[in-house]
Amino acid sequence: MKRVAVIVFPGSNCDAETLAAARAAGSDAYFVWHRDTDLRQADVVILPGGFSYGDYLRSGAIARFSKVMGAVAEHARAGGAVLGICNGFQILCEAGLLPGGLMRNARLRFLSRPVWVRVEQTDTPFTCFYEPGEVLELPVAHGDGRYVVDPRTATELEATDRVVWRYVRDNPNGSTNEIAGVTNAGRNVVGIMPHPERRDAPALGGQDGARVFHSMEARHATQHVADVRAVDDRHLRV
Amino acid sequence: MTPGAPRPTPFPGDPPITPQLVREHSLTATEYERITALLGRAPTFAELGVFSALWSEHCSYKHSRPVLKTFPTTGPQVVQGPGENAGVLRLPDGWAVAFKIESHNHPSAVEPYQGAATGVGGILRDVFTMGARPVAVLNSLRFGRLDEARNRYLFAGVVKGVGDYGNCVGVPTLGGEVDFGPSYGGNPLVNAMCVGLLKEQDLIKAAAHGVGNVLLVVGSRTGRDGIHGASFASEELTKESERRRPQVQVGDPFTEKLLLEASLALIASGHIVAIQDMGAAGLTSSSAEMAARGGVGVEIDLSLVPTREPGMTPYEILLSESQERMLVVAPPDRVAQVQAIAEKWDLTATPIGRVTNDGMYRAKWKDQVVVEIPGQQLIDDCPVYYPEAQEDPAITELRGRAPHPASRISHPAELLLTLLDHPPIASKHWVYEQYDSTVQAGTVIGPGGDAGVIRIRDAAFGLAVTVDCNSRYVLLDPYEGGKAAVAEAARNIACTGARPLGITDCLNFGSPERPSVFYQFRESCRGIADACRALDTPVTGGNVSFYNESPTGAVDPAPVVGMVGLLSRADRAVPSHARAAGDIVFVLGETRAELGGSQLWEAVQGFVGGQPPRVDLAVERRLVDYLVAAAERGLLRSAHDCSQGGLGVTLAEVAMGGPYDETGFGLDIDLTTYGLRLAAVDLLFSESHGRAVVTCPSERTTAVAALAQELGVPAQRVGTVAERGGAVRVRLRDATVEHPVDRLRQVYFSSVSRRMGD
Repeated sequence: MKRVAVIVFPGSNCDAETLAAARAAGSDAYFVWHRDTDLRQADVVILPGGFSYGDYLRSGAIARFSKVMGAVAEHARAGGAVLGICNGFQILCEAGLLPGGLMRNARLRFLSRPVWVRVEQTDTPFTCFYEPGEVLELPVAHGDGRYVVDPRTATELEATDRVVWRYVRDNPNGSTNEIAGVTNAGRNVVGIMPHPERRDAPALGGQDGARVFHSMEARHATQHVADVRAVDDRHLRV
Repeated sequence: MTPGAPRPTPFPGDPPITPQLVREHSLTATEYERITALLGRAPTFAELGVFSALWSEHCSYKHSRPVLKTFPTTGPQVVQGPGENAGVLRLPDGWAVAFKIESHNHPSAVEPYQGAATGVGGILRDVFTMGARPVAVLNSLRFGRLDEARNRYLFAGVVKGVGDYGNCVGVPTLGGEVDFGPSYGGNPLVNAMCVGLLKEQDLIKAAAHGVGNVLLVVGSRTGRDGIHGASFASEELTKESERRRPQVQVGDPFTEKLLLEASLALIASGHIVAIQDMGAAGLTSSSAEMAARGGVGVEIDLSLVPTREPGMTPYEILLSESQERMLVVAPPDRVAQVQAIAEKWDLTATPIGRVTNDGMYRAKWKDQVVVEIPGQQLIDDCPVYYPEAQEDPAITELRGRAPHPASRISHPAELLLTLLDHPPIASKHWVYEQYDSTVQAGTVIGPGGDAGVIRIRDAAFGLAVTVDCNSRYVLLDPYEGGKAAVAEAARNIACTGARPLGITDCLNFGSPERPSVFYQFRESCRGIADACRALDTPVTGGNVSFYNESPTGAVDPAPVVGMVGLLSRADRAVPSHARAAGDIVFVLGETRAELGGSQLWEAVQGFVGGQPPRVDLAVERRLVDYLVAAAERGLLRSAHDCSQGGLGVTLAEVAMGGPYDETGFGLDIDLTTYGLRLAAVDLLFSESHGRAVVTCPSERTTAVAALAQELGVPAQRVGTVAERGGAVRVRLRDATVEHPVDRLRQVYFSSVSRRMGD
């Protein structure tokens, strides 16, 4: 049973369902408050969705300075698995643990709807239970969901197989290369814009998101420790 | 009065009380006389402000109370009826649902974004102040027609305001209604409903008690925003109303989220005895109402209230409607614990007063008493009015009319496209796309269906929620229109398979001082009351919004009904749309030639008139019973209420599916032997009540028909669901309507976004 720390910032609002999805997958999941610095021997850290600190500045821009983020970065640097969902993805980008950033949606409006994403990589701690190329239906709900990176980094992400999920059918928010989720060079830190925790039961219209949590539970969480050197230093500024 | 306590004295800088000042506070000369008699002296400026707020229509219901008393409010399912911050109904396994709807019309008319946002904020607080966690919001919005730029501005601003607030707090928007009509151009209607979940044993009420207990203000600091909001809500909009913009409060959903978590933590901690939202009329109404409910007095030192700026006067602090504030009552020895809980959420909890035994509502500035009013009388002695009620003869005449026969009657196939493009009917996904509808991971059926449905984690049951009103019916025949609002809400709930449990209402009307408006109010309430009795859905509370008038006149009356239903198994929820080719289509109920008040006449001939369809409450009851029983037995694949736009629009909606489906289903429908021998236009577009369209797998056909016979519901098998992407074909005796489903989808799903410039 993996120990899964779900970080709660003031303004996190997907924390309860993220915890429930992890528990449903069999994990020993618990909340860690943003003022804490102890992750309590977490195997996996999840940054849930929401509006951390109100996101009145840039989404995630304040959260990266919160006390707990030092511990999260340390966990990531040691090869521990980290998942950022929606606002969590924005925070990981702001914290430099993932490349790129999330900008205002192309249509400049909040967008809440189902999207379809293709699983591009199955060798991350959160996708190993999926088949490569599988198409998932997941909901998005974001105002700042347009993933943007500079062309050089985009090329590098593609060349090193670090685009984990890609929008298919349409690009709902104008993301670069239809990117819905990425991983870092060490492949232990993963961000995703859609919400897998909102699709983990047939009553919710499907369970395409459930295996994100089953993957992390099944996977040996520290298997990437040996790859620490491969982590791009540029992405470890915290 | 406490022996030896000084009489209230004016605060330095207070203006003298003049008849002009009294009028500016929206108090009549008679009301002012009653105040001086009650006090035995002239009021201070601060006291005048307190009376102005608490005796405003918004707070006192002085024109509506006698009518509201005619609503049925009891039943075995009722835990808390009208009078608290929200109504509460009983659910299985010790659970309960708290819910309430409220208007924010006037603020939204002058500042659409903040007006709508703070409307959502207020209704959320009404629910979590009961100890319930908000699990769904809905809204009911009415605007002028989209061909005018100002209406588009108001529409876009309100939708963004609703969305930004609810999205940040993290409560899913499960549904709502949006309507357009010329009467709303000068005065849009913005109603927000919140639904919360709690364990019945954790219910907390807003009655102050325990002499010596401490009053604390928790949350935001008090600023100069929203002063006199309650009075503003109780007057007609004029050209001068633009100047009221500074009176519109400014919302901070992030603080609301912190306040939500802190409030629920405070309630769970057992350290507090009462908690009340500071809504309309801010500190004044929250403290006075809490004291009156508990039959105690309160004494507040206004100099202790944390303010945003220095120099605020007692008057301003009492009447500020700054958002995201709660008033909490706790024993003195628990103040430190209360403050520790608030501090965890980066909020302050500041003691500002105490509960007293003298029954007085007293506010001081340090040692100077500025307000001292007998508390119970302040709430109870507000005058009650019984306005004259008389139907407008123009409406009587309009009800008897029909539109001029169009010179060239279009083919029904063309009429169907016109209706699907008509904004009141067309898809509102442009709106609900801007609202997070899936946060909390409980959404089983989101916006766009008959009713929203959520599952409850750790419970088998689900909740269905909806808001409904067709203002055209109410305008033309208020009694039938009131019945229709409840009946349609019940049908919507029942289509998902849920049993209707109870309602909350938001009664939006013009000035009650006009006999024609008060007639609409009284008659539509009579309709609501009769329907609620027939459908066993008690009224648990709500909101009255009068004075929705602009220089162009009163709004079309809109008594909006918010309803909650219980779905015994959330995983058995029945969606609105066809789901499998080969399924059998049934029409339930009877269609009559009832085009009065119809969308057809409005959309095609620009005519709103005639006798609206009549509601047979016994028929509605049987239909509801049928839909619930059929869902419990797992007979149905889909069920969709038949309302605006009639059978034609309903069948199209069953076929089209949701906005993100790749395509819809074809339908093969034969109405040549259905029901009465009506002309195609009547059969397709009459809005007769008591109807629904259901689909079922072919092997269930016999069971569906047999159950209908058993429960006395007319059910006719009219056709089948055809292939995905196929044609929707409806054969009538005198015409055939046929369109590829993708053509229907293109019209229906692009109507609103095209008008909004997307």
